[in-house]
Amino acid sequence: MNDITQGLLEAFRLIISLDRDLIEISLLSLRVTLTAVAIASAIGLPLGCWLAVRRFRHRRLAIATMNALMGLPPVVVGLIVYVLLSRSGPFGVFGLLFTPTAMVIAQVIILTPLIASIAHQAIRELWAEYHDLLISMNTSRRQRITALIWDGRRALLTASLAGFGRGIGEVGAIMIVGGNIDHVTRVLTTAISLETGKGNFALALALGFVLIALAIIVNLIIHSLSKTETSGRW
Amino acid sequence: MVTRSILPLTVKKACVTRRGKRLIGPISTTVHRHGLTVVMGPNGAGKTTLLRMLHGMERLAEGHLAWQQPPEQARKRQAFVFQSPIMMRRSVLDNVAYPLMVHGTPRTEARAAAADWLERVGLKESAAKQATVLSGGERQKLAMARALIRKPEILFLDEPCASLDGRATREFEELVCDAFARGTRIVMSTHDLGQARRLAKDIWFINHGHLHEAGPAEAFFASPQTPEARAFINGDIVE
Repeated sequence: MNDITQGLLEAFRLIISLDRDLIEISLLSLRVTLTAVAIASAIGLPLGCWLAVRRFRHRRLAIATMNALMGLPPVVVGLIVYVLLSRSGPFGVFGLLFTPTAMVIAQVIILTPLIASIAHQAIRELWAEYHDLLISMNTSRRQRITALIWDGRRALLTASLAGFGRGIGEVGAIMIVGGNIDHVTRVLTTAISLETGKGNFALALALGFVLIALAIIVNLIIHSLSKTETSGRW
Repeated sequence: MVTRSILPLTVKKACVTRRGKRLIGPISTTVHRHGLTVVMGPNGAGKTTLLRMLHGMERLAEGHLAWQQPPEQARKRQAFVFQSPIMMRRSVLDNVAYPLMVHGTPRTEARAAAADWLERVGLKESAAKQATVLSGGERQKLAMARALIRKPEILFLDEPCASLDGRATREFEELVCDAFARGTRIVMSTHDLGQARRLAKDIWFINHGHLHEAGPAEAFFASPQTPEARAFINGDIVE
């Protein structure tokens, strides 16, 4: 309990004093996660919508695989990305290992199935609801997908936010591919892991509280911008 | 430019099957250019499937439908109101404007036309509300405005008053009569005898997917030709 109180006080002190290291790793955490969420959403949202409205052979297998990939172990993803980006790997020539770009790549792989899966579920339900109406109105496939994306935009936003939630708290993969290098690839989660290892629980907890606050603030901003909870809306 | 009518619609030996089971047909009939046809029959007789078939939402297993214009043209000049109206997750105004927008009308123009239709159906005050918060009767009025906004030549109504109370039913029937008076061909299903007597110009009586009777409403109610139709009118259970 004492550690938690100390952690809270330390978090407060770090924020009030605008600690340079804290700001640096917080901004890097946000940069990496928001970039990964944007890329994963750009892939996952259309993929989820497409799977919801399109009928094709092996569709069930594709959906089951996508759902299974939601549970990808981050350390395994980290390891695979590490092997691919290491000097002896196929993409070693790009020199991306231990850079924020490598961390973004690992996160995109982890987040895309999650975002696609949630988007698929949301759009599938909406499609079941709209199917007869849109067919009856003689709409084209493109118009149907546009209507589903527009009317399901809040559910799709939730999919992206779920991706953000998973990404901002991710540690296993980015530790492996980022290396937790001070002033280069250190983010909040890897810093917490480091401080815990050093037995510096108060600082680790302080960083943890900052991480939680950051996640809440980003969610609040996005909800506020999209007017998710305005009365009479969804 | 004079637009040629898509009617009459000729139905020849049309059948609809699902998982090997025949739901409709074979049915042969003609939907003439003018009229208000009420499709009657007991639950499960195939009323909804018949309407969906005519509207092109059911694939024919046998037979064919012949419109007077190419199918693509014919589809554009029909509208359908479902038994449970489907509300898009948008405002009431945007729901009504959608069919125009989706077929190329600019947003401002489409919304102006939608506002006009909302006034006609008595939903002007609800224009800014989300459609899903409307009551059952209001939803059906919205569905009717959305169906009529593109001035369809033929309108299919699938038991539109099945879940409405007396007042909402009366208001909806007024909209149907108004659309009919403006020249819209109407084909409507119901199992409400009173409603059929009030609205129908002619009746199709179907049971087990077969068209048992088709003719003027007065003649149908005065002297039904088949035992099933007689039993239905008398309120007996029709097997």
